[in-house]
Amino acid sequence: MEEKKNHIEAEHKIFGPEDFEKNYSTLNLGPTHPATHGIFQNILTMNGETIEGAEQTIGYIHRAFEKIAERRPFYQITPLTDRLNYCSSPINNIGWHMTVEKLLGVKTSKRIDYMRIIIMELARITDHLICNSVIGVDSGALTGFIYLFQEREKVYDIYEEICGARLTTNLGRIGGFERDFTPSVIKKINDFLNGLPKVLKQFENLLIRNRIFMDRTIDVGAISAERALNYGFTGPCLRATGVDYDVRVMNSYSSYNDFDFIVPVGTNGDTYDRFCVRQEEMWQSIKLVKNALENLPEGNYHMDVPEFYLPPKEDVYSKMEPLIWHFKIVMGEIEVPVGEVYHSVEGGNGELGFYLVSDGGRTPYRLHFRRPGFIYYQAYPEMIKGSVLSDAILTMSSMNIIAGELDA
Amino acid sequence: MTEEKKTYTFTTRSKVVSNKKMTFMEKIYFPAIIKGMLITFSHLFKKKTTIQYPEVKRNIAEIYRGKHVLKRDDEGRERCTACGLCALSCPAEAITMIAAERKADEMHLYREEKYAKVYEINMLRCIFCGLCEEACPKEAIFLTNEIVPSNYERENFIYGKDKLVEPMDKDKRIDISKRQTTAVLEFKKDKNQSHNN
Ligand code: SF4
Ligand code: SF4
Repeated sequence: MEEKKNHIEAEHKIFGPEDFEKNYSTLNLGPTHPATHGIFQNILTMNGETIEGAEQTIGYIHRAFEKIAERRPFYQITPLTDRLNYCSSPINNIGWHMTVEKLLGVKTSKRIDYMRIIIMELARITDHLICNSVIGVDSGALTGFIYLFQEREKVYDIYEEICGARLTTNLGRIGGFERDFTPSVIKKINDFLNGLPKVLKQFENLLIRNRIFMDRTIDVGAISAERALNYGFTGPCLRATGVDYDVRVMNSYSSYNDFDFIVPVGTNGDTYDRFCVRQEEMWQSIKLVKNALENLPEGNYHMDVPEFYLPPKEDVYSKMEPLIWHFKIVMGEIEVPVGEVYHSVEGGNGELGFYLVSDGGRTPYRLHFRRPGFIYYQAYPEMIKGSVLSDAILTMSSMNIIAGELDA
Repeated sequence: MTEEKKTYTFTTRSKVVSNKKMTFMEKIYFPAIIKGMLITFSHLFKKKTTIQYPEVKRNIAEIYRGKHVLKRDDEGRERCTACGLCALSCPAEAITMIAAERKADEMHLYREEKYAKVYEINMLRCIFCGLCEEACPKEAIFLTNEIVPSNYERENFIYGKDKLVEPMDKDKRIDISKRQTTAVLEFKKDKNQSHNN
């Protein structure tokens, strides 16, 4: 009896008592629904086709990365960050490296900064390519998706040439990079930059002024600038509402202020705005990569960070002192300053922050990832209330919530 | 009564990029459909981008992080000295090893007086991050651009020394020089160094 009462009370929390009088049906959207592109569960209360209420569930692929990180030396946390937003893992890797560099007080050279910009902007392009082409798919236009995915493959080839992996990159090291850009990397980047504008233009021709697409996306999943700011939106989702907040400009890192680029904004934060903002950001990223590649200074590809950057291998093979350092670094028996740092980068879908507390030990005392997707997901019920089911799916894909990042 | 819309501008670089007003031509959506059709049809005559996989294979980068190899030195002795750094640096805890002392009659098999009697990598745990390769101070473990093949049994993914150590035969040795820096390759030519002979 008691149990049943509790159960009814719990249900009332979701639907409200008055809902039982109406003829509402409950629909489980997810957790393994093919249309949600990931493991998201939403319990929808439907009035026919219209969504009356939604309750989202999180934690289906929670892997406790923040806790695992408390048991790992700093350099072993990079592979964990790969698995946050896996559509743009190099941004996560580099963001983490910059956080540790901030704690250590390392200042990187222009060459490293520019190399990082090149990689991060390529990653941003892939992230937006996926998101925008998937918006196309969810609105019924599968073709554009196939054309764009070919371009994403090319960026993955570039990663492969730089670091040896395609998706979970573990790219770069604390203090720089594990190896320099080879001529073939530069060639691949140039090829990609020459080929992309045509494909992107073609994709825009297919969708951006097509009435069917516009009717499907305009005023769908809109959120006002005030509400978005209150929720803590960042990235393209916030810019779509008309707020021109971009970490690269507001809190410039990695020499982004050497470059001039436009911060695209939308008007009322609907799906069409988000699509257009991402589309323009890709154009800006192409420009940024080109500029950075042209102005890439000569120099070393890593800084002298004796605490973290491994000594050159030929010294390790032959000399005692570097060998001892090598052991110390790999075992994590190095001295790091005590302190707290927060560093954020403009990730593929918003401000990706790392809050690191160090007690001077070999592992972080506490590490928190500020994942933009987690914050967008809080606003999801509000954004889909009153819309139809197919619009809810479109709204979710246009926010670019990645399951790995949502649940960390 | 219309509410005044508050605007938030932080920078001077912003630009509104979405235009939601449709022209007359865009409202009658037929031209857009024809345009889309033309784009799709034009792709019929373009070069195919798919690869016919088993027959044709994609070029994998030389520094690709795939299946591991345990190296031998020029005389065919195993380089690994079971120092355990690779296991320590592995974020996935995929490496297990048991060390043993080299006997007098095993000089031709192992380079150092301590060696790994058992060396196992669990390929299901491994995330191919490449940190073990970086951690090895003896030039013993490397990743290769081969991919770990699939299998039906979980046990078969635990690769022991039988699968990891490269063949004794000089022609069948696995070339990893592309993964090393030029400074290391230069250093390896110097035969006076104890590391190289
Ligand atoms: S492979 Fe290298 S790092 Fe691992 S135990 Fe052997 S010598 Fe040490
Ligand atoms: S590649 Fe990474 S996960 Fe795999 S065995 Fe080496 S260190 Fe461990």
